[in-house]
Amino acid sequence: MDTMRERFTSTTSDLLDQDPRLAVVLADITAAAFAPAAARHPERVLNVGIREQLLIGVAGGLALAGLRPIAHTFPSFLVERPFEQIKLDLGHQDVGAVLVSTGASYDMASLGRTHQAPGDVALFDTLEGWTVQVPGHPEEAEALLRAAAAGSGRVYLRLSGETNHAAHPVEGGRMAVLKQGSDRAAGVVVAVGPLLDPVLEAVADLDVTVLYAATVRPFDVAGLRSAVARTAAADVVVVEPYLAGTSNREVGEALLDTPHRVLGLGVARQELRRYGTPAEHAAAHGLDAASLRARIGGFLG
Amino acid sequence: MISTQAPLDERSLALRRTALASLVATGGGHVGGSFSAMEIMRALYDTVATHDPADPADPGRDRVILSKGHACLAQYTLLADHGYLDPAELATVGKRGSRLGGHPERGLVPGVECSTGALGHGLSLGLGMALQLRRRGSTGRVFVVLGDGELGEGSVWEAAMSASHHRLANLSVLVDLNTLQSAGPTREILDPGSPAARFAAFGWNTAEVDGHDPQALAKTLQAPRAEPERPLAVICHTVKGRGLDLAENVPTWHYRIGFTEPELESLWRSLGADQTAQPDSPVSGSQQEADA
Repeated sequence: MDTMRERFTSTTSDLLDQDPRLAVVLADITAAAFAPAAARHPERVLNVGIREQLLIGVAGGLALAGLRPIAHTFPSFLVERPFEQIKLDLGHQDVGAVLVSTGASYDMASLGRTHQAPGDVALFDTLEGWTVQVPGHPEEAEALLRAAAAGSGRVYLRLSGETNHAAHPVEGGRMAVLKQGSDRAAGVVVAVGPLLDPVLEAVADLDVTVLYAATVRPFDVAGLRSAVARTAAADVVVVEPYLAGTSNREVGEALLDTPHRVLGLGVARQELRRYGTPAEHAAAHGLDAASLRARIGGFLG
Repeated sequence: MISTQAPLDERSLALRRTALASLVATGGGHVGGSFSAMEIMRALYDTVATHDPADPADPGRDRVILSKGHACLAQYTLLADHGYLDPAELATVGKRGSRLGGHPERGLVPGVECSTGALGHGLSLGLGMALQLRRRGSTGRVFVVLGDGELGEGSVWEAAMSASHHRLANLSVLVDLNTLQSAGPTREILDPGSPAARFAAFGWNTAEVDGHDPQALAKTLQAPRAEPERPLAVICHTVKGRGLDLAENVPTWHYRIGFTEPELESLWRSLGADQTAQPDSPVSGSQQEADA
């Protein structure tokens, strides 16, 4: 099976052939994979080089002139470095764009902190009007990308090398119920993107409801409320492949009228300076199935 | 050495009186940079840029981006003079409910192409616009006004390098080289050297001109380029606060809130009016050109 990144390049290249509104803006990363598309559409595949402020600024200018830009690089260089450009050149100008990152929180664990961006989704939470999508499978990534490209809003699509074994429907931005707890269920576990598989493994012997989210902003308030209403306790665990607790505020606002508890699991703030593999980083952050079993079980009793 | 001493003609004085009346009505604002950029904006809106106040969204229009958005009073003054705005609105800048902010906003102000204010953004946005205008075969051009202090932003040079690489002949930069930034002389804070040499090193056509001479500015922008396929950077030598005796070359007049009675008397006198004068209608651009 191809990776999400490979699916991004093949899908986007296909979309460029079909939709003259689309333009791809790159900052060297993934440029080689777009070479065939660039040959077919030299004026709509633009590699600005290693200039990430320009990457977003040019995307804003293209949008102001009528195109729908898709800007892409690693999340640390797409979101953190040019964050003011995202805020002003896209948001403040009130133009649409699709930002697609690849690398997630620790796909490039061996390359160190410079290539890790667990805070990207939290940064988008400081801005208005962004849809944030975290697919867990290449099929989901393609569906979300096609919908985003056809739209007009501002979308952040966060791709990862970590993948679930199966794809799930992601249209409409709703969370899917992948495990329905009983009336006596101890709570609701929200699994985001590629952490679905380890979550399902972790809670296999627990009476809980598992919701799967590939679209995290806007947060599916109705889906969470519906699930919580069917459990014995309004206890919620959110398992996110980025900064721990990023969605706790969303849960709090969704359940404002309901006494509840929430546990946010995700990537810790502390830097891991031991390099290694994504799987080793997942374990170090307590996001492998065994760690999740202990942490979720401990919280939900 | 390029002069900055072109005499201010009656239209330039009248534009400044309009801007000063706005400052007085609203309590103050970015004085220095607005007054240094007045003829730059005048040359663009009066003579060089193709634009139609009756159709601000005309696809074939030229785009004027004031990247040094804090000088928006100069832009507002010209936009009002050309009929994009009711001149009475200039008395509302920055006030609650006004569409005229202390930095200009696209979508609120007719004729404003980009929302600006944070320095270092305008040229990248203009680059994207210029690329798309060229791609679709438009005759529209993009003019980006930068401050000389703004040249400290690395993003300016990311865009400058890219513009020459893509041979964007439809993109021009005008640098308001007033030699002062808010904290003091630009040269003392971090010497920018010769902006013309730096743009030339990045592959741009360059020219230097008295930034208070609208005819010279227009002539420079309209002249054939040494390399017709490359963008143009015009270094506009200006005086910060030009036209106001109290403010010229005084860093503290970068942003000024509140004026004393003696100051107001001096400011109006500098512009050939007394304190009781009402803002007048600047001699029209077309009339001015006819007079020139």
